[in-house]
Amino acid sequence: MHRRKFLSLLGGAGIASTLGTTKAKAASNASFDGYPDAMGVLHDSSRCIGCRKCEEGCNTVNHLPKPEKSFDDLSVLDTKRRTSATVHTVVNKYNVAGLDHPIFRKQQCNHCMEPACASACFVKAFTKNSDGSVTYNGDVCVGCRYCMIACPYSVPTFEYDDPLDPLIQKCTMCHPLIKEGKLPGCVQSCPKEALTFGKRSDLIEIARERIRKYPERYVNKIYGETEAGGTNWLYLAPVKHTELGQPVVGKKSAPELTAGALGAVPMVVGIWPVLLTGAYAISKRKEKIAAEDQKAAVAQAINETQSAADDKLKAAMEKAAKDKEASIERETKKAVANAEKEFEAKLAALQNPESEEVEESSKPEGDA
Amino acid sequence: MENLIYTLHDFMLHTKTITYVLMGVALVSFVGYWKFLTGREEKMRKY
Amino acid sequence: MSHDQKKFWHAGNILTAIILAGGLVLTFLRFYKGIGAVSNLDDNNPWGLWIGFDLMCGVALAAGGYVTSASCYLFGMKHYHSAVRPAITTAFLGYFFVVVALLYDLGHPWRLPYPLVYSQGTTSLLFEVGLCVSLYVSVLFIEWSPAAFEWLGMRKLRNIAVKLTLPLTIMGVVLSTMHQSSLGALFLIAPGKLHPLWYSSFMPVFFFISSMVAGTSMVIFEGTLAHKGLHRMMDETHLKEANGVAFGFAKAASFILAGYFFIKVFDITMDDDWKYLATGYGAIFLVEMFGFVLLPSFLYAIGVREKNLKIVRIASVLGVLGIVVNRFNVSMVAFNWQLPAAERYFPSLMEVGISIFVVTLIITTYRFITTRMPVLFEHPEYKDAH
Repeated sequence: MHRRKFLSLLGGAGIASTLGTTKAKAASNASFDGYPDAMGVLHDSSRCIGCRKCEEGCNTVNHLPKPEKSFDDLSVLDTKRRTSATVHTVVNKYNVAGLDHPIFRKQQCNHCMEPACASACFVKAFTKNSDGSVTYNGDVCVGCRYCMIACPYSVPTFEYDDPLDPLIQKCTMCHPLIKEGKLPGCVQSCPKEALTFGKRSDLIEIARERIRKYPERYVNKIYGETEAGGTNWLYLAPVKHTELGQPVVGKKSAPELTAGALGAVPMVVGIWPVLLTGAYAISKRKEKIAAEDQKAAVAQAINETQSAADDKLKAAMEKAAKDKEASIERETKKAVANAEKEFEAKLAALQNPESEEVEESSKPEGDA
Repeated sequence: MENLIYTLHDFMLHTKTITYVLMGVALVSFVGYWKFLTGREEKMRKY
Repeated sequence: MSHDQKKFWHAGNILTAIILAGGLVLTFLRFYKGIGAVSNLDDNNPWGLWIGFDLMCGVALAAGGYVTSASCYLFGMKHYHSAVRPAITTAFLGYFFVVVALLYDLGHPWRLPYPLVYSQGTTSLLFEVGLCVSLYVSVLFIEWSPAAFEWLGMRKLRNIAVKLTLPLTIMGVVLSTMHQSSLGALFLIAPGKLHPLWYSSFMPVFFFISSMVAGTSMVIFEGTLAHKGLHRMMDETHLKEANGVAFGFAKAASFILAGYFFIKVFDITMDDDWKYLATGYGAIFLVEMFGFVLLPSFLYAIGVREKNLKIVRIASVLGVLGIVVNRFNVSMVAFNWQLPAAERYFPSLMEVGISIFVVTLIITTYRFITTRMPVLFEHPEYKDAH
């Protein structure tokens, strides 16, 4: 129990592993063996003579429309038939290589212990009853036909030609008759005891007993014992079941096949919003950081420009000041020189009387 | 409960129905919880 | 506009009118005489073109909505913003018409809400698909509604819808992840009927990953078409960003396809299905893997490297076709593969007709919306609001 719980926790930890098909068993702490008193029918191909009485019985008790060719006409056995909306069971004839006589097999709903139709139905139209039968409620049916896709035996049929109320049709194991304590229509009418109605667990015992007693008459296999999780309809045959058109169906039941994918759904609901909000927050945060970085960069650039400008200005000012100083010095020197010159000139003028030169040389001093 | 359910199908019908309801609850709570979690942050622009 | 009205009855519109008229006749036949009267569906082949194309391909090809909105709003690829509205519009129309098409396929279409409100079959993957699709159509409607509100000048409602963008985008991705993968998971229940090369316990993963390819390819492909027919409706931002979107999405699609190819190879190896490659179904599988996975991946890569929009656009056509091929293979070609040829399904002309009718409805509605509402351009009054 603990190990299973641990495994189911592990399963929940990774989405990929929840898709694994072992999830169903790990997730359920109990195992389910079906209804203990479920009934079933055993069809023994070695006893079946292809008389079509079961088809007639089914037609009568289910009040289905009479077929074109009567049930006494055995020529219909020459073509392979399947069930339809108005025919819930058919017997087909198989000519098996190496045998001098044909073998007949009846087909109808196998009434799975874990019905694929019920598992697939999105409106719960199918019910597995405690008597073993699988029945259908047309009042809720949407007509999506997923049950027909899901059924490993392609049993459910659909009333395609009814535009108003097209429903799924299939064998009910005569659920209403069983409730009254009667036998299913086909079993009632079988003259050769090829059909045995009883508790499924008893039928398996009977089938084993027959194989043990007459090993030369049967292949050692009860078709339906494990197929798709087990069916309430069981088959014994003198040849391999694939020779009688019965599909190879794995042991896994429909709910086991879908449990992994169904289990992944809540994991997505729990984890995706977290991851996606995370992605959103990360991209937002990046944006914010990028915006801040940009802001900082702009600020820095402005600062740098500012300080560069300041430096330039300062340098210019200094240069200007220096220039000024230099020019003052120069001018002072000039002025001094001029003054000296002037003095000398004046001195000279004093010595000789030509005054024009003095006025001209005084001009640059006034400009500076 | 266990002895009332005989098939895996019925068990899954039972558990998945509850799970679907809880999934709805979870999706709604995520929104509220995120609001609570980020309630004191400065408002981000949300398109 | 008056120029357009004068030329309303040009070849394209005449063809549209003929298809719509024919579609109405088929619709009448379908609902008056029943599914059997118009389709080749039977008891062995309950799902045909309406599921394989209208539902499977319709949903996958509408994945552009979640891919684009997620990359823009969640993963911060703001330069895809002008691609979001066209993608959401296509996605909304895609999903809406998936539901419309489903009404043709269902025996009791008026009971479509039953699984949600009346009798919940929660063990069904189809329940999951139905729940997610119905929720996602609503999410897409709200995501798309600002375009309509801006057109109608309903500023208040528009602002409310826009405020919900972030939670709706996350919700959109969550719902898309679930139902895109669940469409693949629908077939998990039938291991005996689907060919082993396609059947895998990882079908949900394959469908989800390939939906991203479908989404990105469809955005590029639809962009190509829109540029041809609706160039006049596009504003400067859209035209400026369009090539970036195409190359960005091409890059994504190319790499996703590469990953998709590898997980398919891993799966074939884990299930030991290599022996089937030498059979007829193996040939179909190889065509799918090389012609519609590796080839578009490589073409996208070349287009991205060469900065060649033409190659990218060709690759997008292959990418879209690849999704159709894959969904057809899973739902029709490789399904019931063990049945004799006489019992196999091939769609009737009337089924094809109804599918064409639905596609035409989508295109017509898209044209109606994009020529009126701010989808390919930004509404001048709401420019700053983005």
